[in-house]
Amino acid sequence: MRPLFLATLLISAAAIAYEILLMRMLSIVQWHHFAYMIISLALLGYGASGTFIAIGRRWLEPRFEVFFSLSALLFSVTMVACFVLGQRVPFNALEIVWNPRQFLYLAATYLVFFVPFFFAACCIGLAFTCRRSRISRIYFFDLLGAGLGAMMIVGVLFLLSPQDTLIMLSVVALLASASMGLTSNARKPLLAVQLVCLVALLFGLPKSWLEMRISEYKGLNQAMQVVGSNVLTVSSSPLGLLTVVESPRIPFRYAPGLSFNTGFEPPEQLAIFTDGDSMSVITRFDGNLDALGYMGDVTAALPYALLDAPHVLILGAGGGADVLLALYNGAGKIDAVELNPQITNLVTGTFAGFAGHLYDDERVTLHTQEARGFVARSKNRYDLIQVALLDSFAASGSGVQALNESYLYTVEAIQEYLRHTAAGGMLAVTRWLKLPPRDNLKLVATVLKALRETGVADPGRRLAMIRSWNTSTLLVKQGEFSLDDIAVIKEFARSHSFDTAFYPAMPAHAANRFNLLDQPYLYDGITALLGENADDFVARYKFHITPATDDKPYFFHFFKWSALPEVMALRKRGGASLIEWSYLILIATIAQAAVAGVILILLPLSRVKRSWPAGAGTRMGGYFFLLGLAFLFVEMAFIQKFILFLSHPLYAIAVVLSGFLMFAGFGSAYSGRLARRVEQTGRSPVSIAVAGISAIALLYMALLPMLFQQLMGLADGIKMALSVFLIAPLAFCMGMPFPIGLNRVADRLPDFIPWAWGINGFASVMGASLATLLAIEFGFTVVVLFALGLYAAAAVIMRHQLAQGRL
Amino acid sequence: MARAAMVDEVHFYATLARDTGEAALDEDVMQSLGTVERHEFVPARERRFAYENRPLRIGHGQTISQPYIVALMTDLIEPDRDFVVLEIGTGSGYQAAILAKLVTHVYSIEIIEALADEAAARLARLGYDNVTTKLGDGYHGWEEHAPYDAIVVTAAASHVPPPLIRQLKPGGRMIIPVGGRFMTQQLLLLEKTDDDEVITRQIAAVRFVPLTRER
Repeated sequence: MRPLFLATLLISAAAIAYEILLMRMLSIVQWHHFAYMIISLALLGYGASGTFIAIGRRWLEPRFEVFFSLSALLFSVTMVACFVLGQRVPFNALEIVWNPRQFLYLAATYLVFFVPFFFAACCIGLAFTCRRSRISRIYFFDLLGAGLGAMMIVGVLFLLSPQDTLIMLSVVALLASASMGLTSNARKPLLAVQLVCLVALLFGLPKSWLEMRISEYKGLNQAMQVVGSNVLTVSSSPLGLLTVVESPRIPFRYAPGLSFNTGFEPPEQLAIFTDGDSMSVITRFDGNLDALGYMGDVTAALPYALLDAPHVLILGAGGGADVLLALYNGAGKIDAVELNPQITNLVTGTFAGFAGHLYDDERVTLHTQEARGFVARSKNRYDLIQVALLDSFAASGSGVQALNESYLYTVEAIQEYLRHTAAGGMLAVTRWLKLPPRDNLKLVATVLKALRETGVADPGRRLAMIRSWNTSTLLVKQGEFSLDDIAVIKEFARSHSFDTAFYPAMPAHAANRFNLLDQPYLYDGITALLGENADDFVARYKFHITPATDDKPYFFHFFKWSALPEVMALRKRGGASLIEWSYLILIATIAQAAVAGVILILLPLSRVKRSWPAGAGTRMGGYFFLLGLAFLFVEMAFIQKFILFLSHPLYAIAVVLSGFLMFAGFGSAYSGRLARRVEQTGRSPVSIAVAGISAIALLYMALLPMLFQQLMGLADGIKMALSVFLIAPLAFCMGMPFPIGLNRVADRLPDFIPWAWGINGFASVMGASLATLLAIEFGFTVVVLFALGLYAAAAVIMRHQLAQGRL
Repeated sequence: MARAAMVDEVHFYATLARDTGEAALDEDVMQSLGTVERHEFVPARERRFAYENRPLRIGHGQTISQPYIVALMTDLIEPDRDFVVLEIGTGSGYQAAILAKLVTHVYSIEIIEALADEAAARLARLGYDNVTTKLGDGYHGWEEHAPYDAIVVTAAASHVPPPLIRQLKPGGRMIIPVGGRFMTQQLLLLEKTDDDEVITRQIAAVRFVPLTRER
């Protein structure tokens, strides 16, 4: 392989891996949604590199190898340096609502992480600009490298700590620098610097520099402030950084929804923090169920009062709290499903003794799988399906989850759960109670839609909900609740001083007795959702409680624009928590990216002397902008579709993203041949590629849901292979329009190449955020249709340019 | 001057609150807010913001609440001159100082050693003789001085510790802010009836009707 191609491949692999790694690391030190925003802005480095090359092209071109090597070297160095520096910026996300100075720190953070992406993109942009005859091949290796990088980083993160992974990626970039450096006329000085960097990376970095400085406001650091607390184990994977903490002097006592009337206290517990936050626990268990008395006094125990020795399916078994709940309350058989193998390893391995070999109990079967996929594949019908309270109150309360897709709480998911519930059995979901209610009511709306769609005439007869001061437990019965059932529910609630929020034919006065709300929000809300004017109620509710679906899997999205002015006005009177942050952060990301894109990319470019006819630049700029947006739209929408099929977000990212990138690479490699063949016939090759993209995407939109439903039960390996097979033709076509356009530009408007690279980079950043926004508002189907419209517009531009003889 | 402006702001919001039917703030509570030197309770780097109506960092991952919330919490326990109050989570000692101006004695427990030491020294230096602090586990309350007329819990918990309910006098009130750092979601007011029955009320700091008007 030529050094240029090897270096391109390595740089692209390292850049995408760095992006995924940074997302991981920033999610650990900060919070996920801010990590997303920081990285989106940092990726503008891609666009800015185009500007830089456009400005310096004539000077850079004769020194191409040196500058490629130097950029790769700087990418390698700044990957580490900027992480170290970025951690020194005193940005505190939680304070942003109160302290305007935080915006400056945030901007500083963007700027720091912008630098490595800028240098990575300089390498590829220089290659396109200076080696114009090889554009298709370069683009092939660029995409192939990105595909390999995306796949490998997931595996590497299982084996190495984030810090070691960072060093490894830095070395990969250094190798790219060396491979190009050797072909340059400055090979000796470059080699010397590369060697110094290598030694420094491997042996010279003080450990404290790379230490992740987790925000002091995250749960882990809060716990570590307590006298005697102690970290027992730390394990890292792409699913999260798990830290197990003991606090012998002042124990953890985690028991959400515990009754005031209880005479019990939780036994000793170890806390598990995921990414330094969202605490769950492993509870000490010696086989003596009497020590777990408190497990009978939580709202989540309600279904056990109604069922006799049920066969239980627990979705989200985690540290085992819900398994203990089931055991204490007399479950006959338990299937416990947990996504993260590291958590189950803690309970079955390191802390098996502490947890009383919980998962070895003959009644318990552990399944380390994704919940939704497990249910879809399961042949069982359960007496009780229990969705565990997985998110911490802080995460649930601060509105930071809205951007996370969740396939656990969609209409289709509820239907799937109910299909696997035995006659007379139940689905039970416990959630934190926020005021005014958001997820609690959205869950009910989702359940009602699921029931109505399956032909249940009177869904209200199948619902019951109780609440403590901070949790609510919803029961959905397979069949109607009997008078006896209702009597049991009422007695369970009364004896624990829980309030009934709803049961069939419940009188209004029974809704608000022990834990008084200024209005019986849940009773009123559920009654309204069951009534004739339910749609009007949902429309008038100040939070978004329209049911989540697989096409719009944003259960945690509650934001409504109409409520924003009122909420902002209440901020200083203790109303800050009413603001649903992540949606605003997404909007802010798009707005900032647009402004920064104009300032960093388009404005400087507009100052560059142009050598092309009037109008051509605008049209070709539009072409590359549309392609950048459309590619990201399709890629993101199909990743989501496949997440559901592959039942695992990691597999989906590793398989689908890398599949997309690699086959787009093959498409790119083929594009030159297609262009030559087609252009002889006077047609536009881009039109043919876009026709292919549209036909395949539309076919998939129609067929995939059905196909996935049928094939869900296949083994993981087969499903992954099938996914790649399905992605291949679509991605192959998607890989063509960019290099075809770039090749045409290289022939006629060579000065425009860095522009194309910059604009495309800018559009990719906008595309990722806009795709999420569109999906939240309209669903992924619309995202794909929108993308096809963009592709069609790009094809029209290209055809027009060709017809006019401008290209 | 700055303190008076802060009190005015809290008073302004409290008046707004009164107009919308929310809890109004007692004059004594407002007076206490106007007397306690909040700048003494925050680290030097935060001092210039001491009289802004917002939460501030006090180090160790802890915060001092927004003055409006402090006032509201204090008001909700309906403090009386002869009250003995237990506070769980001393923090910087600001809430204890506000209470100290209104009640007979405040007992306060802090879980973080550095904060406990700093708050004890600070309260002593500022002459709050009727506040007693200790380092320890708030879950079990402070049995020695129980029962209490009121309990203020400023530390997060997944449930209300049963020992605290036991240490509350019949007719007593407990107040617990719910939510993360820098953002109080709502206040949980727990009342123990004369029959030892527990009733809680969720108090939203602001009146926010979740429905728009009917169309």
